[in-house]
Amino acid sequence: MDLFEYQARDIFEKHGVPVLAAAIATTADEAEAAATAIGGKVVVKAQVKVGGRGKAGGVKLAENPKDAREKAGAILGMDIKGHTVRTVMIAAAAPIESEYYLAILLDRSNRTFLVMASVSGGMDIEEVAHTAPEKLAKVPVSAVDGISLAKAKEIVAAAKFPADVADQVSDVLLKLWEVFQSEDATLVEVNPLVKTSDGKIVALDGKVTLDENADFRQPDHQSLVDEAGENPLEAAAKEKGLNYVKLEGEVGIIGNGAGLVMSTLDVVAYAGEKYGGVRPANFLDIGGGASAQIMADGLSIILGDKDVKSVFVNVFGGITACDSVANGIVQALELLGPKATKPIVVRLDGNNVLEGRAILKAAAHPLVEQADTMDGAANRAAELAAK
Amino acid sequence: MTIFIDESSKVIVQGMTGSEGTKHTRRMLISGTNIVGGVTPGKGGQVVEIESRQLPIFNTVAEAMAATGANVSVIFVPPKFAKAAVIDAINAKMPLAVVITEGIPVHDSASFYSYAQTVGSTQIIGPNCPGLISPGKSNVGIIPADITGAGPIGLVSKSGTLTYQMMYELRDIGFSTAVGIGGDPVIGTTHIDCLRAFQDDPNTQAIVMIGEIGGDAEERAAAFISEYVTKPVVGYIAGFTAPEGKTMGHAGAIVSGSSGTAQGKKDALEAAGVKVGQTPSETARLLRAIMGR
Repeated sequence: MDLFEYQARDIFEKHGVPVLAAAIATTADEAEAAATAIGGKVVVKAQVKVGGRGKAGGVKLAENPKDAREKAGAILGMDIKGHTVRTVMIAAAAPIESEYYLAILLDRSNRTFLVMASVSGGMDIEEVAHTAPEKLAKVPVSAVDGISLAKAKEIVAAAKFPADVADQVSDVLLKLWEVFQSEDATLVEVNPLVKTSDGKIVALDGKVTLDENADFRQPDHQSLVDEAGENPLEAAAKEKGLNYVKLEGEVGIIGNGAGLVMSTLDVVAYAGEKYGGVRPANFLDIGGGASAQIMADGLSIILGDKDVKSVFVNVFGGITACDSVANGIVQALELLGPKATKPIVVRLDGNNVLEGRAILKAAAHPLVEQADTMDGAANRAAELAAK
Repeated sequence: MTIFIDESSKVIVQGMTGSEGTKHTRRMLISGTNIVGGVTPGKGGQVVEIESRQLPIFNTVAEAMAATGANVSVIFVPPKFAKAAVIDAINAKMPLAVVITEGIPVHDSASFYSYAQTVGSTQIIGPNCPGLISPGKSNVGIIPADITGAGPIGLVSKSGTLTYQMMYELRDIGFSTAVGIGGDPVIGTTHIDCLRAFQDDPNTQAIVMIGEIGGDAEERAAAFISEYVTKPVVGYIAGFTAPEGKTMGHAGAIVSGSSGTAQGKKDALEAAGVKVGQTPSETARLLRAIMGR
């Protein structure tokens, strides 16, 4: 889960990373009040989980509270790359002398953690990595040992931080490691980390990604979920414990196993090329042991998507038995009754496939048709969606 | 021959007394796996009967190894306790630890992987994987044993159900070993480890490699194939239609910016001479054409 900048800032503050005074606002009135409380010049920053907000006009300097009110009014409601701005952060403006970059992240390729540090901060770090890789120090960090003071000093030296800020940057690194480890983050990025004109090191902007697998030991993280920004179908699916991602096509997909479902989306998209560009409408993995209830929940989410014109249920029974999947479909259609109106193509293979196919055949539901192969079923589902 | 497991594998189940552990112990026994005991801390000394086998339970992996001579451990422990279970296996110098558990925090996986490297005696497969099967010889994990039998194909895949699908597509030819390496961002055994083992296994004649979006494991595997693998390899990549920045079921299946895309992986494999199918069925046909079957 990616956090908003203000959430990252709050987590930084909790762990002692130096940040500026700030508050969030969802209305122009609140923005004015926040600016008054902070005092002096402030920066009004759109809170969106996408890069490039500065260029889009989502970050403005305000001279005084009235100005902050005006700037916030303009930014709230703005659309930045498809993300609606619902919240702004009002932060104290800092006189900046230098901009740096620090990040701790999971390095999948090397199966360890990695610190990236640069004295050329403030810009797109991918561009720095590309055009001037010598300006970006990359130092591996062991998942067992973490960042000690000695390691922090090694990183500061590798990135050639100036002597007058070296100790402060080392200290920030130790605290960012604490954020990374104790919050179960997979990314903690500060860009820019700045030196102010009075020589202080401050984290001006931050990005934090949290590992949802660690939710069982991070009860506080539940409150960081952006419920207002969730797609309503995704929110409904999450409530039912379903692994669902909304996409922009017409064929609703239900399958078992993440890899098979991803593959099903692709196969439908290929088949759909013949039918005017029909695409998959969603990702939905019902996992192992699909009960009738899970199937009913999944089908009702998918049939509730107005973009869906046909449904493709693609199951290879490993642990999952095809007869329980078939029973699930039949019972789901009974539960849904007249709410089920879209054609459903079912492909079953694997564990108890003959029993499963026989159950669907005996039920003879007018909306359900069976296909022998995954490619054939994808083709039929795409054809039905094109009509 | 096979890779990683064969008829001499003596298997213990960490978490055998839990519901998943019991269920899959039964399935593995039915498919002929030589299961010699289980580990559940605090339940050492108990004996459980599964499929008419009396299976001793131990408190630690070291005790289980000393008493049974086990050389493979399969782990069905819930995410919260998985790290401790894997560390127990590493401390016992268990040669192979297969971690089935889904949902382990990546800090825990990175930590036990790093620790295993330091100790240097344990190969980890997974986490978040279906395990591996050498049909007719040993089955460690949750892969159904009745899809197909022994044969000359080696298979390595990030996905469980795509593994089953591909075994089914090629069921008339059969497999030396099929390895599900898992869909998490940090996994113990990679495509490369399996490709190397299949290349070195005289009974494997051709290799199927299944990948998916996220990370750069497939790109690295492509480079490895160019320099090391002389046996024919066909590939399949899932996730062409996945949008950027969305996790698709597997914790590791995410396109970040321009990295980790299916197209990038397909291009890398094709540049290494690997034929890549557009669907699982087409991938199976490509392999048949190469093998003349």
